[in-house]
Amino acid sequence: MTTEELLEILKAKFPGLAFELAATKPDSAIRVPAEKIGEVAAFLRDEPTLRFDMLMCLSAVDRKGSFEVVYHIFSMTNGHRSVLKVFVPTEKPQVPTVGHIWRTAEWHEREAFDLMGVEFVGHPDLRRILLPDDWEGHPLRKDYKTAEEYQGLRTAYDNLNDTPDLAWELP
Amino acid sequence: MDTKTASPEKEFFFTATEPEFRTQEMLLNMGPSHPAMHGIVKIAVKLQGELVVDADIEIGYLHRAFEKSCEACTWNQAIIYTDRLNYVSPIINNVGYCMAVEKLLGVEIPPRGQYIRTLLCEVSRVADHLTCVAAAAMELGAMTVFLYMMKGREYLYELLEDFCGARVTTTAVRVGGQPADLPEGWTEKLTRAIKEVRVILKECHALLTCNRIFYDRVRGTGVMKADDAMNWGFTGPCLRAAGVDYDVRKYFPYLVYDQVDWAIPVGTQGDNYDRYLVRMEEMEQSCRILEQCAKKIPNGPHSVQDKRIMLPDKKDTYGNIEGLMNHFKLIMHGHGIRVPVGEAYQAVEAGNGELGFYVVSYPIEGEEKDGCASRPWKARCRPPCFHFVAALPDMIKGDMVADVIPTFGSINMIGGELDR
Repeated sequence: MTTEELLEILKAKFPGLAFELAATKPDSAIRVPAEKIGEVAAFLRDEPTLRFDMLMCLSAVDRKGSFEVVYHIFSMTNGHRSVLKVFVPTEKPQVPTVGHIWRTAEWHEREAFDLMGVEFVGHPDLRRILLPDDWEGHPLRKDYKTAEEYQGLRTAYDNLNDTPDLAWELP
Repeated sequence: MDTKTASPEKEFFFTATEPEFRTQEMLLNMGPSHPAMHGIVKIAVKLQGELVVDADIEIGYLHRAFEKSCEACTWNQAIIYTDRLNYVSPIINNVGYCMAVEKLLGVEIPPRGQYIRTLLCEVSRVADHLTCVAAAAMELGAMTVFLYMMKGREYLYELLEDFCGARVTTTAVRVGGQPADLPEGWTEKLTRAIKEVRVILKECHALLTCNRIFYDRVRGTGVMKADDAMNWGFTGPCLRAAGVDYDVRKYFPYLVYDQVDWAIPVGTQGDNYDRYLVRMEEMEQSCRILEQCAKKIPNGPHSVQDKRIMLPDKKDTYGNIEGLMNHFKLIMHGHGIRVPVGEAYQAVEAGNGELGFYVVSYPIEGEEKDGCASRPWKARCRPPCFHFVAALPDMIKGDMVADVIPTFGSINMIGGELDR
């Protein structure tokens, strides 16, 4: 099933929603309005002709100015793949969770929250997963600046001569 | 006995005859550093006696910022980071990433290159399964199996070492092909290794498959049925043990898997025993693929003949000015492969299941030229064992605390790809 075919099915099912074709190459995707991703995902999973019963991967991409949450979905029953995309503004990145539709999304959403700072509304346990709980900021954002210190230790050394303890030994 | 007259010390000791047996839930931290936690991961289990009633998993101890590092280096430099994902079968990671970038570039490597990649992938898969079964069996006390299988893995690692010079951090694949052809006598050595592995598989079958102690420990523990497994995003041997015949190599054939004859083994129960059996059979199937590929491998170039993608041969780099310039144009800072803007998701079947790379090429300010990017904008890895570890609380709930060990062993968690 091509992305265009799936787009037609979705447009027929949800007439009021603004779906768009994200014609990236070589993989194209369907752009879904952020607040309706839960309903669309439930339809895609339960519709017998589609049966997207697996969420393969959930990623968040920083597109400078907006975040993009990408859902790679797969139908084991029918053997086809597709890609959904949701765009959210950088200032208030909020997306409804799909963890109740595909349980595996729970950890993927935690990771996207941890590294990109996208907030998944309705997630039962949205906390950091890969980084320590006291970490500041979301490192995969393109405007992320490494903190000067972490727990009293300096993190960035541009030049070995900058290190206070070694400075006197070096010429 | 009258409780009022009992001394305070007496109260502390319980006997089975007492009607009121005071119990309470206990929280047990397994890990982060624990002999049975492959890598570093913490499982906090809530116990009612010896029964696991709840579990929480804490990961991230091995987080090395894989994606962030990839964004800072060129397309070919990122291959080195993919070695460290699943460090038991690194070549499959290399192949997965390079195929994703090749998909963006729109190139296909020549048949000999595809055969070489298939051979390397299958050698890695057998090594991966041997390690997984060996470690899981050792944790149940089968030390002999561990030693036999490690011996088998040595034969395979020697093959990889012959090809690329390294056993674990291989970096054996480039975007657009292989850095080198197979060394002389490699396929003969492979035939010997397959023979040795088959002997080891037979021995280990005899030691484990009908072993009463092993069977009782693994049958019916860590059950994950097909529906739940799919909901959790399971792939690979863990999903096939539940009876679903999903294998990326058959569903979405890549390399030359559609040109060789092999079968997908499936289980029925989705428990630890089925996962063990599926892995054992998959090794046999991989040996079949290896034999056929070694026979059918064609002659010809092993990489694409495009100077904008592949490095020239070393004799050209050192021998003539064109080769030297070509080398510099691909290696020097500010040069290198330029990938057209776009995005691609490429899945390959790794030892644990579907390993996906979602690679995005996007114009980077100041570095963009002709709609191409010299660095990945994003290189997301979909690690197969991330999903298993997420589902682990469901798998161990209701089992004994001792069953956590075989379950954790059979899902084959690899810290490198779990935490990235």
